[in-house]
Amino acid sequence: MGTHSSIAIKVSDLTKRYGKLTAVDHISFEVKKEEIFGFLGPNGAGKTTTVRMLTGVIEADGGKALVMGYEAGSLKAKQVAGVVPEMANAYVDLSGWKNLKLMGEIYGVPKNVIKDRSEELLKKVNLYSRKDEPVRSYSKGMRQRLILVMALISDPEILFLDEPTSGLDVQSSRMIRDFLQELNSDGKTIFLTTHQMDEANQLCDRIAIINRGVIVKIDSPERIRTAIKGMHSVEVSFDRVVDDHFLTSLSEVKSVKKKGDKFRLYTENPGETVVALVNQVAERNMKIVSLNVLLPSLEDAFVALTGREE
Amino acid sequence: MSDIAIVCQQAKRAWIIASKDIRIYYSKGPVVIFGILFPIFLFLSFAVGRNLTVEFLMPGLLGMVLFFTATSISPAVAPWETQARTLERLMSSPLTSHTIILGDILASFVFGVLISLMSVLAGMVLDIKISQPLILILGIILAGFCFSSMGLIFSAAPTSMPSTIMMLSAMVKFPVVFISGIFIPLAQLSEWGRIISFVSPLTYFTDIARHCIQNQGYLPLGIDFMVLLAFNFLFLVSAMKLHEKTMPKRI
Repeated sequence: MGTHSSIAIKVSDLTKRYGKLTAVDHISFEVKKEEIFGFLGPNGAGKTTTVRMLTGVIEADGGKALVMGYEAGSLKAKQVAGVVPEMANAYVDLSGWKNLKLMGEIYGVPKNVIKDRSEELLKKVNLYSRKDEPVRSYSKGMRQRLILVMALISDPEILFLDEPTSGLDVQSSRMIRDFLQELNSDGKTIFLTTHQMDEANQLCDRIAIINRGVIVKIDSPERIRTAIKGMHSVEVSFDRVVDDHFLTSLSEVKSVKKKGDKFRLYTENPGETVVALVNQVAERNMKIVSLNVLLPSLEDAFVALTGREE
Repeated sequence: MSDIAIVCQQAKRAWIIASKDIRIYYSKGPVVIFGILFPIFLFLSFAVGRNLTVEFLMPGLLGMVLFFTATSISPAVAPWETQARTLERLMSSPLTSHTIILGDILASFVFGVLISLMSVLAGMVLDIKISQPLILILGIILAGFCFSSMGLIFSAAPTSMPSTIMMLSAMVKFPVVFISGIFIPLAQLSEWGRIISFVSPLTYFTDIARHCIQNQGYLPLGIDFMVLLAFNFLFLVSAMKLHEKTMPKRI
Protein backbone atom coordinates (compact mmCIF):
# COMPACT_ATOMS: atom_id res chain seq x y z
CA MET A 1 0.00 0.00 0.00
CA GLY A 2 1.29 3.44 -0.79
CA THR A 3 0.25 6.99 -1.48
CA HIS A 4 2.32 7.65 -4.63
CA SER A 5 -0.50 7.00 -7.10
CA SER A 6 -2.44 9.90 -8.60
CA ILE A 7 -5.67 8.38 -7.24
CA ALA A 8 -6.90 9.64 -3.86
CA ILE A 9 -10.02 7.48 -3.57
CA LYS A 10 -10.71 4.25 -5.41
CA VAL A 11 -14.09 2.64 -4.87
CA SER A 12 -15.10 -0.70 -6.41
CA ASP A 13 -18.54 -2.26 -6.09
CA LEU A 14 -19.14 -0.67 -2.69
CA THR A 15 -22.43 -1.84 -1.20
CA LYS A 16 -24.37 -1.19 1.99
CA ARG A 17 -27.68 -2.77 2.96
CA TYR A 18 -30.05 -1.95 5.79
CA GLY A 19 -32.38 -4.93 5.99
CA LYS A 20 -34.11 -5.17 2.64
CA LEU A 21 -33.07 -1.68 1.56
CA THR A 22 -29.88 -1.40 -0.47
CA ALA A 23 -28.73 2.08 0.51
CA VAL A 24 -25.61 1.95 -1.68
CA ASP A 25 -25.70 -0.47 -4.57
CA HIS A 26 -22.37 -1.62 -6.05
CA ILE A 27 -20.98 1.85 -6.76
CA SER A 28 -17.56 2.34 -8.34
CA PHE A 29 -15.65 5.55 -8.93
CA GLU A 30 -12.24 7.17 -8.58
CA VAL A 31 -11.24 10.57 -7.21
CA LYS A 32 -7.95 12.07 -8.37
CA LYS A 33 -5.54 13.75 -6.00
CA GLU A 34 -5.97 17.54 -5.68
CA GLU A 35 -9.48 17.30 -7.10
CA ILE A 36 -12.74 18.61 -5.64
CA PHE A 37 -15.14 15.77 -6.19
CA GLY A 38 -18.83 16.36 -5.54
CA PHE A 39 -21.30 13.69 -4.59
CA LEU A 40 -24.67 15.04 -5.59
CA GLY A 41 -28.01 13.44 -4.91
CA PRO A 42 -31.44 13.92 -3.41
CA ASN A 43 -32.13 13.18 0.26
CA GLY A 44 -31.89 9.46 0.92
CA ALA A 45 -29.86 8.78 -2.23
CA GLY A 46 -26.94 7.20 -0.34
CA LYS A 47 -24.52 10.14 -0.08
CA THR A 48 -24.02 10.07 3.69
CA THR A 49 -23.86 6.27 3.77
CA THR A 50 -21.07 6.41 1.18
CA VAL A 51 -19.10 9.02 3.14
CA ARG A 52 -19.53 7.02 6.34
CA MET A 53 -18.13 3.92 4.64
CA LEU A 54 -15.19 5.91 3.24
CA THR A 55 -14.41 7.47 6.63
CA GLY A 56 -14.69 4.20 8.57
CA VAL A 57 -17.77 5.11 10.58
CA ILE A 58 -19.73 2.15 9.20
CA GLU A 59 -18.59 -1.02 7.50
CA ALA A 60 -19.50 -1.86 3.92
CA ASP A 61 -21.40 -5.07 3.21
CA GLY A 62 -19.51 -5.58 -0.03
CA GLY A 63 -16.95 -4.09 -2.36
CA LYS A 64 -13.74 -2.26 -1.59
CA ALA A 65 -12.63 1.33 -1.01
CA LEU A 66 -9.14 2.74 -0.76
CA VAL A 67 -8.35 6.20 0.63
CA MET A 68 -4.89 7.50 -0.28
CA GLY A 69 -3.92 3.88 -0.93
CA TYR A 70 -5.09 2.61 2.46
CA GLU A 71 -8.16 0.50 3.13
CA ALA A 72 -11.06 2.78 4.04
CA GLY A 73 -11.75 2.65 7.77
CA SER A 74 -8.21 1.55 8.68
CA LEU A 75 -6.27 3.66 11.17
CA LYS A 76 -3.88 4.74 8.40
CA ALA A 77 -6.73 5.91 6.16
CA LYS A 78 -8.32 7.78 9.08
CA GLN A 79 -4.98 9.37 9.98
CA VAL A 80 -4.57 11.03 6.57
CA ALA A 81 -8.18 12.24 6.35
CA GLY A 82 -10.06 15.15 7.86
CA VAL A 83 -13.81 14.69 8.25
CA VAL A 84 -16.73 17.09 8.59
CA PRO A 85 -19.72 14.82 9.23
CA GLU A 86 -23.27 15.91 8.47
CA MET A 87 -25.02 17.44 11.50
CA ALA A 88 -21.90 16.96 13.63
CA ASN A 89 -21.20 19.13 16.62
CA ALA A 90 -18.17 20.21 18.58
CA TYR A 91 -18.12 19.68 22.36
CA VAL A 92 -20.32 22.54 23.52
CA ASP A 93 -18.94 22.50 27.08
CA LEU A 94 -15.42 23.12 25.80
CA SER A 95 -14.11 26.29 24.18
CA GLY A 96 -13.29 26.43 20.47
CA TRP A 97 -9.60 26.39 21.38
CA LYS A 98 -9.94 23.27 23.57
CA ASN A 99 -11.95 21.47 20.88
CA LEU A 100 -9.10 22.06 18.45
CA LYS A 101 -6.55 20.92 21.03
CA LEU A 102 -8.55 17.74 21.66
CA MET A 103 -8.71 16.91 17.94
CA GLY A 104 -5.01 17.65 17.51
CA GLU A 105 -4.12 15.32 20.38
CA ILE A 106 -6.34 12.54 19.01
CA TYR A 107 -4.50 12.80 15.66
CA GLY A 108 -1.14 12.79 17.45
CA VAL A 109 -0.15 16.31 16.38
CA PRO A 110 2.74 17.74 18.48
CA LYS A 111 1.62 20.33 21.07
CA ASN A 112 3.51 23.31 19.61
CA VAL A 113 2.12 22.54 16.13
CA ILE A 114 -1.43 22.32 17.56
CA LYS A 115 -0.98 25.76 19.12
CA ASP A 116 0.37 27.44 15.98
CA ARG A 117 -2.08 25.74 13.64
CA SER A 118 -5.09 26.44 15.89
CA GLU A 119 -4.21 30.11 15.97
CA GLU A 120 -3.80 30.27 12.19
CA LEU A 121 -6.99 28.32 11.43
CA LEU A 122 -9.18 30.20 13.93
CA LYS A 123 -8.00 33.51 12.48
CA LYS A 124 -8.75 32.23 9.00
CA VAL A 125 -12.42 31.55 9.84
CA ASN A 126 -12.86 34.66 12.02
CA LEU A 127 -13.21 32.77 15.30
CA TYR A 128 -9.97 33.74 17.02
CA SER A 129 -11.54 36.48 19.12
CA ARG A 130 -14.09 33.94 20.47
CA LYS A 131 -11.60 31.09 20.93
CA ASP A 132 -11.89 30.90 24.73
CA GLU A 133 -15.67 30.99 24.86
CA PRO A 134 -17.60 27.71 25.20
CA VAL A 135 -18.95 26.45 21.90
CA ARG A 136 -22.41 26.54 23.51
CA SER A 137 -22.39 30.31 22.86
CA TYR A 138 -21.49 29.97 19.15
CA SER A 139 -24.04 30.43 16.35
CA LYS A 140 -24.68 27.58 13.91
CA GLY A 141 -22.43 29.17 11.29
CA MET A 142 -19.62 29.62 13.83
CA ARG A 143 -19.93 26.01 14.97
CA GLN A 144 -19.75 24.77 11.39
CA ARG A 145 -16.64 26.86 10.75
CA LEU A 146 -15.11 25.44 13.93
CA ILE A 147 -15.92 21.86 12.86
CA LEU A 148 -14.23 22.56 9.53
CA VAL A 149 -11.03 23.77 11.18
CA MET A 150 -11.16 20.84 13.62
CA ALA A 151 -10.96 18.60 10.56
CA LEU A 152 -7.92 20.55 9.37
CA ILE A 153 -5.89 20.54 12.60
CA SER A 154 -3.98 17.43 11.48
CA ASP A 155 -3.23 18.99 8.06
CA PRO A 156 -4.94 16.06 6.29
CA GLU A 157 -4.16 15.04 2.73
CA ILE A 158 -7.84 14.52 1.98
CA LEU A 159 -10.94 16.19 3.35
CA PHE A 160 -14.41 14.60 3.51
CA LEU A 161 -17.29 17.01 3.93
CA ASP A 162 -20.90 15.88 4.24
CA GLU A 163 -23.29 18.74 3.40
CA PRO A 164 -20.92 21.35 4.90
CA THR A 165 -23.07 24.40 4.21
CA SER A 166 -26.51 22.91 4.76
CA GLY A 167 -28.75 25.31 6.66
CA LEU A 168 -26.09 28.00 7.04
CA ASP A 169 -26.44 31.74 6.48
CA VAL A 170 -25.10 33.20 3.24
CA GLN A 171 -22.00 34.70 4.87
CA SER A 172 -20.89 31.47 6.56
CA SER A 173 -21.63 29.41 3.44
CA ARG A 174 -19.57 31.75 1.29
CA MET A 175 -16.71 31.78 3.80
CA ILE A 176 -16.63 27.97 3.86
CA ARG A 177 -16.77 27.69 0.05
CA ASP A 178 -13.97 30.23 -0.39
CA PHE A 179 -11.90 28.41 2.21
CA LEU A 180 -12.45 25.06 0.48
CA GLN A 181 -11.29 26.52 -2.83
CA GLU A 182 -8.20 27.89 -1.13
CA LEU A 183 -7.45 24.53 0.47
CA ASN A 184 -7.82 22.85 -2.90
CA SER A 185 -5.43 25.38 -4.46
CA ASP A 186 -2.94 24.38 -1.74
CA GLY A 187 -3.16 20.76 -2.92
CA LYS A 188 -5.83 19.20 -0.72
CA THR A 189 -8.16 16.61 -2.21
CA ILE A 190 -11.76 17.32 -1.28
CA PHE A 191 -14.68 14.91 -1.33
CA LEU A 192 -17.90 16.80 -0.85
CA THR A 193 -21.51 15.68 -0.65
CA THR A 194 -24.23 18.19 -1.30
CA HIS A 195 -27.73 18.48 -2.61
CA GLN A 196 -27.14 22.11 -3.57
CA MET A 197 -26.62 22.50 -7.31
CA ASP A 198 -24.95 25.90 -7.00
CA GLU A 199 -22.42 24.58 -4.54
CA ALA A 200 -21.53 21.62 -6.76
CA ASN A 201 -21.37 23.86 -9.81
CA GLN A 202 -19.12 26.47 -8.18
CA LEU A 203 -16.75 24.15 -6.33
CA CYS A 204 -16.38 20.80 -8.02
CA ASP A 205 -14.02 19.67 -10.75
CA ARG A 206 -16.17 16.59 -11.24
CA ILE A 207 -19.39 15.37 -9.77
CA ALA A 208 -21.08 12.02 -9.36
CA ILE A 209 -24.86 12.03 -9.34
CA ILE A 210 -26.23 9.31 -7.08
CA ASN A 211 -29.86 8.27 -6.94
CA ARG A 212 -31.40 5.42 -4.96
CA GLY A 213 -27.95 4.09 -4.15
CA VAL A 214 -26.77 3.96 -7.77
CA ILE A 215 -24.39 6.35 -9.53
CA VAL A 216 -26.17 7.61 -12.63
CA LYS A 217 -23.50 9.95 -14.00
CA ILE A 218 -19.93 11.06 -13.32
CA ASP A 219 -18.49 14.01 -15.20
CA SER A 220 -17.62 17.70 -14.91
CA PRO A 221 -20.58 19.96 -14.04
CA GLU A 222 -20.32 21.68 -17.42
CA ARG A 223 -20.35 18.43 -19.40
CA ILE A 224 -23.26 17.08 -17.42
CA ARG A 225 -25.24 20.26 -18.10
CA THR A 226 -24.64 20.32 -21.81
CA ALA A 227 -25.13 16.59 -22.33
CA ILE A 228 -28.81 16.78 -21.44
CA LYS A 229 -30.73 16.84 -24.69
CA GLY A 230 -34.06 18.59 -25.00
CA MET A 231 -33.40 20.71 -21.93
CA HIS A 232 -32.44 23.99 -23.62
CA SER A 233 -34.86 26.73 -22.81
CA VAL A 234 -35.96 30.19 -23.84
CA GLU A 235 -36.85 32.54 -20.99
CA VAL A 236 -39.16 35.39 -21.91
CA SER A 237 -41.18 38.10 -20.15
CA PHE A 238 -43.86 40.38 -21.64
CA ASP A 239 -45.21 43.86 -21.02
CA ARG A 240 -48.57 42.42 -19.95
CA VAL A 241 -50.14 39.37 -18.41
CA VAL A 242 -50.46 36.63 -21.00
CA ASP A 243 -52.21 33.32 -21.28
CA ASP A 244 -49.54 30.65 -21.68
CA HIS A 245 -51.64 28.63 -24.14
CA PHE A 246 -50.16 30.31 -27.17
CA LEU A 247 -46.67 29.61 -25.86
CA THR A 248 -47.24 25.84 -25.69
CA SER A 249 -48.41 25.83 -29.28
CA LEU A 250 -45.18 27.41 -30.56
CA SER A 251 -42.90 25.41 -32.83
CA GLU A 252 -40.58 22.89 -31.07
CA VAL A 253 -41.76 23.83 -27.52
CA LYS A 254 -41.96 20.73 -25.33
CA SER A 255 -43.25 22.36 -22.18
CA VAL A 256 -43.74 25.75 -20.52
CA LYS A 257 -43.09 26.70 -16.92
CA LYS A 258 -44.03 30.00 -15.31
CA LYS A 259 -41.20 31.38 -13.19
CA GLY A 260 -42.29 34.57 -11.45
CA ASP A 261 -43.07 37.16 -14.15
CA LYS A 262 -41.21 35.09 -16.75
CA PHE A 263 -42.02 32.00 -18.80
CA ARG A 264 -39.51 29.30 -19.51
CA LEU A 265 -40.06 27.45 -22.77
CA TYR A 266 -38.26 24.08 -22.95
CA THR A 267 -37.21 23.18 -26.49
CA GLU A 268 -34.79 21.10 -28.52
CA ASN A 269 -34.38 23.89 -31.05
CA PRO A 270 -34.10 27.26 -29.33
CA GLY A 271 -33.43 29.20 -32.59
CA GLU A 272 -36.67 28.08 -34.23
CA THR A 273 -38.61 28.67 -31.02
CA VAL A 274 -37.32 32.27 -30.76
CA VAL A 275 -38.37 33.02 -34.36
CA ALA A 276 -41.86 31.57 -33.78
CA LEU A 277 -42.16 33.47 -30.50
CA VAL A 278 -41.18 36.83 -32.02
CA ASN A 279 -43.68 36.33 -34.87
CA GLN A 280 -46.52 35.50 -32.50
CA VAL A 281 -45.76 38.47 -30.26
CA ALA A 282 -45.79 40.82 -33.28
CA GLU A 283 -49.14 39.41 -34.44
CA ARG A 284 -50.66 40.00 -30.98
CA ASN A 285 -49.28 43.57 -30.64
CA MET A 286 -47.37 42.62 -27.49
CA LYS A 287 -43.88 43.62 -26.44
CA ILE A 288 -41.10 41.43 -25.17
CA VAL A 289 -39.45 42.89 -22.02
CA SER A 290 -36.64 40.33 -21.83
CA LEU A 291 -35.56 37.30 -23.83
CA ASN A 292 -32.78 34.84 -22.98
CA VAL A 293 -31.70 31.54 -24.45
CA LEU A 294 -30.54 29.27 -21.60
CA LEU A 295 -28.41 26.17 -21.58
CA PRO A 296 -29.69 23.46 -19.25
CA SER A 297 -28.78 24.16 -15.63
CA LEU A 298 -27.17 21.57 -13.41
CA GLU A 299 -30.53 21.41 -11.67
CA ASP A 300 -32.22 20.53 -14.97
CA ALA A 301 -29.62 17.84 -15.57
CA PHE A 302 -30.07 16.56 -12.03
CA VAL A 303 -33.84 16.30 -12.43
CA ALA A 304 -33.48 14.63 -15.81
CA LEU A 305 -30.98 12.09 -14.47
CA THR A 306 -32.68 11.30 -11.18
CA GLY A 307 -36.25 11.71 -12.32
CA ARG A 308 -37.01 13.69 -9.17
CA GLU A 309 -37.58 17.33 -8.33
CA GLU A 310 -35.25 18.13 -5.43
CA MET B 1 4.27 1.00 12.40
CA SER B 2 4.66 -2.19 14.48
CA ASP B 3 1.76 -3.76 16.37
CA ILE B 4 3.26 -2.75 19.71
CA ALA B 5 3.62 0.86 18.54
CA ILE B 6 -0.03 0.87 17.44
CA VAL B 7 -1.15 -0.51 20.82
CA CYS B 8 0.88 2.19 22.62
CA GLN B 9 -0.49 4.90 20.32
CA GLN B 10 -4.09 3.76 20.91
CA ALA B 11 -3.53 3.50 24.68
CA LYS B 12 -2.29 7.09 24.70
CA ARG B 13 -5.33 8.18 22.70
CA ALA B 14 -7.65 6.26 25.07
CA TRP B 15 -6.24 8.42 27.84
CA ILE B 16 -6.96 11.55 25.74
CA ILE B 17 -10.60 10.38 25.45
CA ALA B 18 -10.67 9.77 29.20
CA SER B 19 -9.29 13.27 29.89
CA LYS B 20 -12.00 14.74 27.67
CA ASP B 21 -14.68 12.78 29.56
CA ILE B 22 -13.22 13.91 32.90
CA ARG B 23 -13.31 17.57 31.79
CA ILE B 24 -16.82 17.41 30.40
CA TYR B 25 -18.79 14.86 32.39
CA TYR B 26 -17.51 14.91 36.02
CA SER B 27 -19.61 17.94 36.89
CA LYS B 28 -22.81 16.79 35.14
CA GLY B 29 -25.84 16.56 37.45
CA PRO B 30 -26.60 12.83 37.09
CA VAL B 31 -22.95 11.96 37.82
CA VAL B 32 -22.87 13.98 41.04
CA ILE B 33 -26.32 12.75 42.13
CA PHE B 34 -25.94 9.03 41.30
CA GLY B 35 -22.19 8.86 41.89
CA ILE B 36 -21.70 10.73 45.15
CA LEU B 37 -24.86 11.92 46.86
CA PHE B 38 -26.90 8.77 46.35
CA PRO B 39 -24.54 6.21 47.97
CA ILE B 40 -23.84 8.57 50.87
CA PHE B 41 -27.52 9.10 51.67
CA LEU B 42 -28.31 5.41 51.16
CA PHE B 43 -25.55 4.53 53.56
CA LEU B 44 -26.62 7.13 56.13
CA SER B 45 -30.19 5.81 56.05
CA PHE B 46 -28.76 2.39 56.94
CA ALA B 47 -26.23 3.48 59.56
CA VAL B 48 -27.87 6.31 61.50
CA GLY B 49 -29.53 5.24 64.74
CA ARG B 50 -27.90 1.80 64.84
CA ASN B 51 -25.27 0.72 67.28
CA LEU B 52 -22.63 -0.28 64.72
CA THR B 53 -18.87 0.23 64.86
CA VAL B 54 -17.09 2.49 62.36
CA GLU B 55 -14.88 -0.51 61.48
CA PHE B 56 -17.98 -2.46 60.45
CA LEU B 57 -19.51 0.44 58.51
CA MET B 58 -16.37 1.51 56.66
CA PRO B 59 -15.99 -1.50 54.28
CA GLY B 60 -19.66 -1.22 53.27
CA LEU B 61 -19.41 2.52 52.72
CA LEU B 62 -16.26 2.07 50.68
CA GLY B 63 -17.87 -0.66 48.59
CA MET B 64 -20.94 1.48 47.87
CA VAL B 65 -18.94 4.61 47.08
CA LEU B 66 -16.63 2.75 44.68
CA PHE B 67 -19.50 0.89 43.04
CA PHE B 68 -21.70 3.95 42.52
CA THR B 69 -18.93 6.36 41.46
CA ALA B 70 -17.28 3.92 39.05
CA THR B 71 -20.61 3.17 37.40
CA SER B 72 -21.83 6.77 37.29
CA ILE B 73 -20.02 8.10 34.19
CA SER B 74 -19.35 5.11 31.96
CA PRO B 75 -23.00 4.27 31.18
CA ALA B 76 -23.91 7.86 30.34
CA VAL B 77 -21.07 8.92 28.02
CA ALA B 78 -22.24 7.02 24.93
CA PRO B 79 -25.85 8.34 25.01
CA TRP B 80 -24.56 11.84 25.82
CA GLU B 81 -22.19 11.76 22.84
CA THR B 82 -25.00 10.41 20.65
CA GLN B 83 -27.36 13.16 21.76
CA ALA B 84 -24.73 15.90 21.34
CA ARG B 85 -23.77 14.57 17.88
CA THR B 86 -20.09 14.34 18.73
CA LEU B 87 -19.74 10.59 18.31
CA GLU B 88 -19.40 10.45 14.51
CA ARG B 89 -16.48 12.87 14.72
CA LEU B 90 -14.71 10.48 17.12
CA MET B 91 -15.56 7.41 15.06
CA SER B 92 -14.00 8.93 11.95
CA SER B 93 -10.82 9.86 13.87
CA PRO B 94 -7.83 7.51 13.97
CA LEU B 95 -9.23 5.58 16.93
CA THR B 96 -10.59 2.05 17.10
CA SER B 97 -13.97 1.51 18.75
CA HIS B 98 -12.06 -0.30 21.53
CA THR B 99 -9.97 2.83 22.15
CA ILE B 100 -13.09 4.97 22.54
CA ILE B 101 -14.64 2.42 24.93
CA LEU B 102 -11.44 2.09 26.93
CA GLY B 103 -11.27 5.89 27.25
CA ASP B 104 -14.79 5.99 28.67
CA ILE B 105 -13.97 3.18 31.11
CA LEU B 106 -10.80 4.95 32.25
CA ALA B 107 -12.68 8.20 32.98
CA SER B 108 -15.15 6.37 35.21
CA PHE B 109 -12.38 4.31 36.78
CA VAL B 110 -10.36 7.40 37.76
CA PHE B 111 -13.47 9.03 39.23
CA GLY B 112 -14.32 5.92 41.27
CA VAL B 113 -10.78 5.39 42.54
CA LEU B 114 -10.25 9.04 43.51
CA ILE B 115 -13.50 9.35 45.45
CA SER B 116 -12.86 5.98 47.14
CA LEU B 117 -9.34 6.97 48.18
CA MET B 118 -10.78 10.19 49.62
CA SER B 119 -13.22 8.03 51.65
CA VAL B 120 -10.30 5.93 52.90
CA LEU B 121 -8.43 9.08 53.93
CA ALA B 122 -11.56 10.37 55.70
CA GLY B 123 -11.77 7.03 57.53
CA MET B 124 -8.13 7.30 58.60
CA VAL B 125 -8.84 10.76 59.98
CA LEU B 126 -11.62 9.10 62.04
CA ASP B 127 -8.89 6.81 63.42
CA ILE B 128 -9.78 3.72 61.45
CA LYS B 129 -6.85 1.32 61.27
CA ILE B 130 -6.16 -0.25 57.92
CA SER B 131 -4.11 -3.38 58.46
CA GLN B 132 -3.27 -4.04 54.78
CA PRO B 133 -3.31 -0.68 52.95
CA LEU B 134 -1.59 -1.94 49.77
CA ILE B 135 -4.03 -4.84 49.42
CA LEU B 136 -6.91 -2.39 49.89
CA ILE B 137 -5.53 -0.02 47.22
CA LEU B 138 -5.01 -2.95 44.83
CA GLY B 139 -8.58 -4.05 45.53
CA ILE B 140 -9.90 -0.54 44.86
CA ILE B 141 -8.02 -0.39 41.53
CA LEU B 142 -9.18 -3.84 40.40
CA ALA B 143 -12.79 -3.35 41.49
CA GLY B 144 -12.89 0.21 40.13
CA PHE B 145 -11.97 -1.00 36.66
CA CYS B 146 -14.41 -3.91 36.95
CA PHE B 147 -17.37 -1.68 37.96
CA SER B 148 -16.51 0.89 35.33
CA SER B 149 -16.51 -1.79 32.60
CA MET B 150 -19.77 -3.13 34.01
CA GLY B 151 -21.28 0.36 33.74
CA LEU B 152 -20.45 0.49 30.07
CA ILE B 153 -22.44 -2.67 29.39
CA PHE B 154 -25.58 -0.81 30.52
CA SER B 155 -25.17 1.70 27.69
CA ALA B 156 -24.69 -0.84 24.89
CA ALA B 157 -28.25 -0.26 23.68
CA PRO B 158 -27.94 2.41 20.96
CA THR B 159 -30.12 5.06 22.57
CA SER B 160 -29.47 8.80 22.74
CA MET B 161 -31.37 9.19 26.02
CA PRO B 162 -29.03 9.25 29.06
CA SER B 163 -32.05 9.06 31.39
CA THR B 164 -33.07 5.69 29.90
CA ILE B 165 -29.62 4.29 30.55
CA MET B 166 -29.45 5.77 34.06
CA MET B 167 -32.79 4.12 34.88
CA LEU B 168 -31.64 0.80 33.44
CA SER B 169 -28.38 0.92 35.38
CA ALA B 170 -30.19 1.88 38.61
CA MET B 171 -32.42 -1.18 38.18
CA VAL B 172 -29.32 -3.37 38.22
CA LYS B 173 -27.20 -1.41 40.72
CA PHE B 174 -29.62 -1.34 43.64
CA PRO B 175 -30.26 -5.09 43.83
CA VAL B 176 -26.50 -5.63 43.50
CA VAL B 177 -25.86 -3.42 46.57
CA PHE B 178 -28.35 -5.43 48.65
CA ILE B 179 -26.90 -8.84 47.78
CA SER B 180 -23.22 -7.99 48.18
CA GLY B 181 -22.63 -8.27 51.92
CA ILE B 182 -22.62 -4.51 52.47
CA PHE B 183 -25.45 -4.28 54.98
CA ILE B 184 -25.27 -7.89 56.21
CA PRO B 185 -21.82 -9.58 56.20
CA LEU B 186 -21.53 -12.77 54.13
CA ALA B 187 -21.09 -14.95 57.25
CA GLN B 188 -24.46 -13.84 58.58
CA LEU B 189 -26.35 -14.42 55.29
CA SER B 190 -28.54 -17.48 54.80
CA GLU B 191 -27.18 -20.22 52.55
CA TRP B 192 -29.26 -19.17 49.53
CA GLY B 193 -28.47 -15.50 50.19
CA ARG B 194 -24.77 -16.31 50.16
CA ILE B 195 -25.10 -18.24 46.89
CA ILE B 196 -26.83 -15.24 45.27
CA SER B 197 -24.18 -12.89 46.65
CA PHE B 198 -21.43 -14.75 44.81
CA VAL B 199 -22.94 -13.58 41.51
CA SER B 200 -22.10 -9.97 42.39
CA PRO B 201 -18.58 -8.57 41.81
CA LEU B 202 -19.20 -6.08 44.64
CA THR B 203 -19.29 -9.01 47.10
CA TYR B 204 -15.61 -9.71 46.47
CA PHE B 205 -14.48 -6.12 46.89
CA THR B 206 -16.50 -5.72 50.11
CA ASP B 207 -14.86 -8.90 51.37
CA ILE B 208 -11.39 -7.51 50.51
CA ALA B 209 -12.27 -4.29 52.39
CA ARG B 210 -13.43 -6.30 55.44
CA HIS B 211 -10.13 -8.23 55.37
CA CYS B 212 -8.15 -4.98 55.31
CA ILE B 213 -10.23 -2.96 57.82
CA GLN B 214 -11.92 -5.51 60.13
CA ASN B 215 -9.36 -8.31 59.72
CA GLN B 216 -12.24 -10.72 59.15
CA GLY B 217 -13.14 -11.52 55.54
CA TYR B 218 -15.29 -14.49 54.58
CA LEU B 219 -13.43 -15.77 51.53
CA PRO B 220 -9.64 -16.10 51.20
CA LEU B 221 -8.10 -12.92 49.70
CA GLY B 222 -6.70 -14.93 46.79
CA ILE B 223 -10.20 -16.07 45.79
CA ASP B 224 -11.55 -12.49 46.05
CA PHE B 225 -8.84 -11.19 43.70
CA MET B 226 -9.12 -14.11 41.25
CA VAL B 227 -12.87 -13.71 40.91
CA LEU B 228 -12.56 -9.93 40.52
CA LEU B 229 -10.00 -10.49 37.77
CA ALA B 230 -12.39 -12.88 36.02
CA PHE B 231 -15.22 -10.31 36.29
CA ASN B 232 -12.86 -7.66 34.88
CA PHE B 233 -12.14 -9.81 31.86
CA LEU B 234 -15.80 -10.72 31.35
CA PHE B 235 -17.12 -7.14 31.61
CA LEU B 236 -14.33 -5.56 29.55
CA VAL B 237 -14.66 -8.02 26.67
CA SER B 238 -18.49 -7.87 26.77
CA ALA B 239 -18.52 -4.04 26.81
CA MET B 240 -16.12 -3.84 23.88
CA LYS B 241 -17.91 -6.46 21.80
CA LEU B 242 -21.37 -5.00 22.46
CA HIS B 243 -20.33 -1.41 21.74
CA GLU B 244 -18.40 -2.44 18.64
CA LYS B 245 -21.68 -3.84 17.34
CA THR B 246 -24.01 -1.05 18.41
CA MET B 247 -21.81 2.05 17.96
CA PRO B 248 -22.54 2.47 14.22
CA LYS B 249 -26.26 2.30 15.04
CA ARG B 250 -25.94 5.40 17.23
CA ILE B 251 -25.27 7.79 14.37
